[in-house]
Amino acid sequence: MTVVTPSAGFLPTTAPRCLIDADGHATSADPARLPDREVLLELFRLMSVGRRFDTQATALTKQGRLAVYPSARGQEACQVGVVTAMAQRDWLFPTYRDSMALVSRGINPVEVLTLLRGDWHCGYDPYLHRTGPQCTPLATNTLHAVGLAHAARLAGEDTVAVVLLGDGATSEGDTHEALNIAAVWQAPVVFLVQNNGYAISVPLAKQTRAETLAHKGIGYGMPGVLIDGNDAAMVHVAVTEAIERGRRGEGPTLIEALTYRIEAHTNADDASRYRDDAEVTSWLARDPLSRLQTYLQDQGLLDEAGIAAIADEGETRAARLRAAMNADPVTDPAELFANIYTEPTAALRSQAAELAEELAAEAS
Amino acid sequence: MTAVAEKAEKLGDLTMAGALNRALADELRADDRVLVYGEDVAALGGVFRVTDGLAAEFGERRVFDSPLAESGIVGTAIGMAMHGLRPVVEMQFDAFAYPAFEQITSHLAKLHNRTRGRITLPVVIRIPYGGGIGGVEHHCDSSEAYWVSTPGLKVVAPGTASDAYWLLRQAIACDDPVIFLEPKRRYWAKEEISAEPAAQFHQALVRRAGDDVTLIGYGSMVPTLLETADAAAQDGISAEVIDLRSLSPFDDQTVVASVRRTGRAVVVHEASGFAGFGAEIAARLTEQCFHQLHAPIGRVTGFDIPYPPPMLEKHHLPSVDRILDAVDRLQFDDTVVLPSTPAGTDPNA
Ligand SMILES: Cc1ncc(C[n+]2csc(CCOP(=O)(O)OP(=O)(O)O)c2C)c(N)n1
Repeated sequence: MTVVTPSAGFLPTTAPRCLIDADGHATSADPARLPDREVLLELFRLMSVGRRFDTQATALTKQGRLAVYPSARGQEACQVGVVTAMAQRDWLFPTYRDSMALVSRGINPVEVLTLLRGDWHCGYDPYLHRTGPQCTPLATNTLHAVGLAHAARLAGEDTVAVVLLGDGATSEGDTHEALNIAAVWQAPVVFLVQNNGYAISVPLAKQTRAETLAHKGIGYGMPGVLIDGNDAAMVHVAVTEAIERGRRGEGPTLIEALTYRIEAHTNADDASRYRDDAEVTSWLARDPLSRLQTYLQDQGLLDEAGIAAIADEGETRAARLRAAMNADPVTDPAELFANIYTEPTAALRSQAAELAEELAAEAS
Repeated sequence: MTAVAEKAEKLGDLTMAGALNRALADELRADDRVLVYGEDVAALGGVFRVTDGLAAEFGERRVFDSPLAESGIVGTAIGMAMHGLRPVVEMQFDAFAYPAFEQITSHLAKLHNRTRGRITLPVVIRIPYGGGIGGVEHHCDSSEAYWVSTPGLKVVAPGTASDAYWLLRQAIACDDPVIFLEPKRRYWAKEEISAEPAAQFHQALVRRAGDDVTLIGYGSMVPTLLETADAAAQDGISAEVIDLRSLSPFDDQTVVASVRRTGRAVVVHEASGFAGFGAEIAARLTEQCFHQLHAPIGRVTGFDIPYPPPMLEKHHLPSVDRILDAVDRLQFDDTVVLPSTPAGTDPNA
């Protein structure tokens, strides 16, 4: 069943794979074909709308509407490229940083932001969207992806699980266990590491001595793929290739996408303590949106009117999100006790009654 | 919840390990969503042979060895359960479940709640626990306090072979995650397996009726409590023995009814006493039985020390003698009159 590739094929390329470079030119260095024009346009549209969502969420945080928001600005190519490569039946296992990916996957932004607003932990239905809850304990979601992918395979499905993690999370023990188990079981999992340079304040050099994070794949017996994570076309293609590998029963793939977090870790972070502006500026020149826009315009696939229409869509959605988030959420104290177990225990029933009584007394 | 088996064909006498093995086999047969995996569970049949023969009978797709990775075992079980399977995983020994602590407490216990009930995780984690087998360090822990203080987990511990069979089947049929604590020193005790469960999944059982004092325990302590009740009877004290079976949820009803009647209670476990599970039981009984209590609730537990080396463990484990001493301290003789301060003298002088 398994095609045994010589393990040297598991090593990443020396230079990150790239299809559209920072200047918006198609490179011929990579053997992969560029995605179709419809896909490229969709990538651009989702990134534009996604960025607008991200700035809107940051603004909502400043207005006190969100408790906290970890921005993905600068990482749009990863957030969107992964989603466009996935089929509806595939499962996504995101982190706190990946709200933009969830919105791109079609989940209602208000439901996505439930966690960060604080009215519940996970606002969307994981089964409806085949998307796990956003995971905060670093790297723990990698194992959920492996288990789910293995179960899907046992059930005879060709579902693939895609898990998102950061560069810092690769140092956690669970990442090791997940990569190893996925390889041993040949589970159809794609590990997409968004290497944005920092884990809060800690730079990659303090996380690893490995030449690249992608190099770690070969040690587990899986391909490690190093890509330009600001090239949405490349992210889309690399994730597509990895998903196809998984579907063919050839096991997991580790992808390291080189990108950069333009904003601070969250609104609560002060990035000036650990990085200088020049570094941020240098990454602005490698912006994932402008390069794809340049390419699409050069190819005559997108004109000013098209760009304006997409910007309008972003504005409309942002306005809708603002309006929705400016309404105070309705919370229900009874829900505190509702889903601890599938059936509430006697103790929980009595605690729920106690709280309800107290609230009724306050209200009267 | 899958249909809980209510009857078994005649199983005869089995050891607890054999009963657990039989329960796993019967559930694997009854429900093809059930999987069994862990370290050395396939060809070897587990270090305690609880999974003996299962891989041969059910195949490597359903009973398999995982890499050595406890967090990985529990983390992947979560993913599998999200996809509709009902994994039963083995932690090789109690203290080796600790690498899985985060997956158990942050995810297994919480995902149902976090997702407003959309995700249910019918995962059973079998953990051989406790001492008394001459095990060297890290092989004899009693970790129940960690698990019972984690909302979202159910925690059960059989004290007899027959209960081991039925509780494990009930645990596998349960839609909530269950920590299943197996008292490893009782693995080899033989007993007739009853044709049906002795009680509901989360019900405590009166193992022996008595009038003067209630001895409360679970798992490995159940036989010790019964022995203690025999010895107490010779001293003219009639002890009731309660086997909790389910630590969480806790069956207040059965325990409170007994203690209200006897007015005295001793809680016994192997784990350290400080902030141990016995403290919770004592607090609950104080809240619910205060006016019927004739004495403070006694506790006999392991000392507040790391689990001792094998040559010293006998001092640490609650023994019949220590439990009898605790019973004796329960102020049975309330005719003793305390010396009073003579009138006119200053007690503080
Ligand atoms: C197990 C664990 N330890 C610590 C934290 C606190 N924490 C939250 S995000 C973060 C940095 C993570 O960096 P990285 O994995 O690179 O992802 P990024 O935030 O850059 O997307 C830390 C240390 C956590 N969430 N989980």
